[in-house]
Amino acid sequence: MPKKRLDLFPYVLIAPAVFAATLVVLIPILQTAGMSFMNYLIYKPKARSFIGLKNYITALADPVFWISIRHTVVWIAGVISLQLALGFGAALLLNRNFWWRGIARSLILIPWVTPSVITALMWRWMYDGNRGVINDLLVRFGFLRHYFPWLSNDKTALVSVMVALMWQGFPFFTIMIMAGLQSIPSSLYEAAMVDGAGAVTRFVKITVPLLIPILFTTILLRIIWVANSLDIIFVMTGGGPGYSTYTLPLYSYVKAYKALDFGYAATLALLLAALLAVVVAGYVAKVLSTEDSQ
Amino acid sequence: MKRRSKLLRNILTLHLPVLLIVLFAVGPYVWTFISSVTPQKEMDMEFRYLPEHATMDNYARLFGNLNFGTNVKDSFIVALGSTILGMTLTLTASYSFSRFNFRFKQFFLIQFLVINMFPIVLLIIPLFVMMKNLGIMDTHFALMIAYSTFTIPFATWMMTGFFRAIPRELDESAQIDGLGRFGTFVRVIVPIALPGVSATGIYIFINSWNEFIYASILTSSAVRTIPVSLQNMVGEYQIAWGLLTAGGVVAAIPILTMFFFIQKTMISGMTAGAVKG
Repeated sequence: MPKKRLDLFPYVLIAPAVFAATLVVLIPILQTAGMSFMNYLIYKPKARSFIGLKNYITALADPVFWISIRHTVVWIAGVISLQLALGFGAALLLNRNFWWRGIARSLILIPWVTPSVITALMWRWMYDGNRGVINDLLVRFGFLRHYFPWLSNDKTALVSVMVALMWQGFPFFTIMIMAGLQSIPSSLYEAAMVDGAGAVTRFVKITVPLLIPILFTTILLRIIWVANSLDIIFVMTGGGPGYSTYTLPLYSYVKAYKALDFGYAATLALLLAALLAVVVAGYVAKVLSTEDSQ
Repeated sequence: MKRRSKLLRNILTLHLPVLLIVLFAVGPYVWTFISSVTPQKEMDMEFRYLPEHATMDNYARLFGNLNFGTNVKDSFIVALGSTILGMTLTLTASYSFSRFNFRFKQFFLIQFLVINMFPIVLLIIPLFVMMKNLGIMDTHFALMIAYSTFTIPFATWMMTGFFRAIPRELDESAQIDGLGRFGTFVRVIVPIALPGVSATGIYIFINSWNEFIYASILTSSAVRTIPVSLQNMVGEYQIAWGLLTAGGVVAAIPILTMFFFIQKTMISGMTAGAVKG
């Protein structure tokens, strides 16, 4: 048999996308990596110079960097658990049959398509210390005695922003978990019922184990997304009061566009990417194993 | 008796919890809408849930003095341009991934997955420098290019899923009928994939419409999209909540409308890959 000629057609088809991605993503990332080894202040173009690992050493000794790391971890863990809990609950409920399920599902998905800036402003307004509807409700039902400035108190600011992000992101969990629930064959449940398994047993022994692959994928995707999201924090608190809502992406953004210190900002961004690399690697491994089976 | 207790149980374990979650999901919008039609005078008075004299003043001021119409236009141009650019660049690539086996296919596919996961702060500094050097700062085009950082990977993956769902026999029979390989793609496969194409297109339109960070850095006065314009209205001490909430309502209406039309296709496209895994 003659050796097959290399078919160029598939490569021609992917060329535009690969070319564009190289231009707008891969090259910029290399440039950021380069900047992180430089003294790169935008307003002092003449003073730009190679400084090796100095930015990285500065970061490790920078208390704000460590505060931001701590907040990033709290932020990811908190937001993901809140979204997962609410998203899972909503998915279980919406998986049942009732006459207004279609409308309920459409309405529950609304937060997910809401722009981050709108989400941030709506919640900022609801948290308002003078006319916030959240304060009014809490006082009216006796949970609070006086209006409370949720976003300008350093103890409550971070949690308050996390609730806003939970609102925006929980429908994603609902969508994914609902799809997972629908892929579980109902014969499994029927067989379990014949064997006398109650609702709780069925949930623990059938639903949860069969959902684990999709939960794993969804959680990894969300971790990456939540870790990178900074627009909601930026609009709601700008990182304040003090450093109480600083996360790593926010700190990097502030360093770049308030302090105009691109070198240090690039270093912070790269450190964030390095921390996320573990999660990304896990996700890629998962996708590769799925791709192989196709 | 038994039927009544079943109904009661259904209300407590199903209808009531669903209602609470729905209220949580739409509550912020309801409150935003109410605030937007409350006259400024009443905003300064005692707290009330419903305005005594509802008014469209905030909307009139928004589109009158504040020229919000131009922001809507900018957002629309940027989102539409990003969608067209993103879809044009990725449609052939997704078809290629769905149909052919070639060397480094996995590598390229994974590349498109991974570039979507880089922190935006990692890209924005060099993109800022790039736009400056190209002299296209503060233009619609700058944002379309910046947005391709997320439209390309996303559209590639979603469209690959939609193309995969189309049986390969269709390609073969089209070629037996005399169509070339590219002709098969353009005349047979793309028309069949149209629901998927529009769902993917609308998804990236929504994401471009919503984007804030790139827009806040790469544009300033000549181009100002809705999110940037709203953020700029937030003053240092006094915030005009009536105007802001009206702006929020205006910004949300187009995307919520689009989303309702393509919900089903979009969700099936997004979940297809994840469920199989």
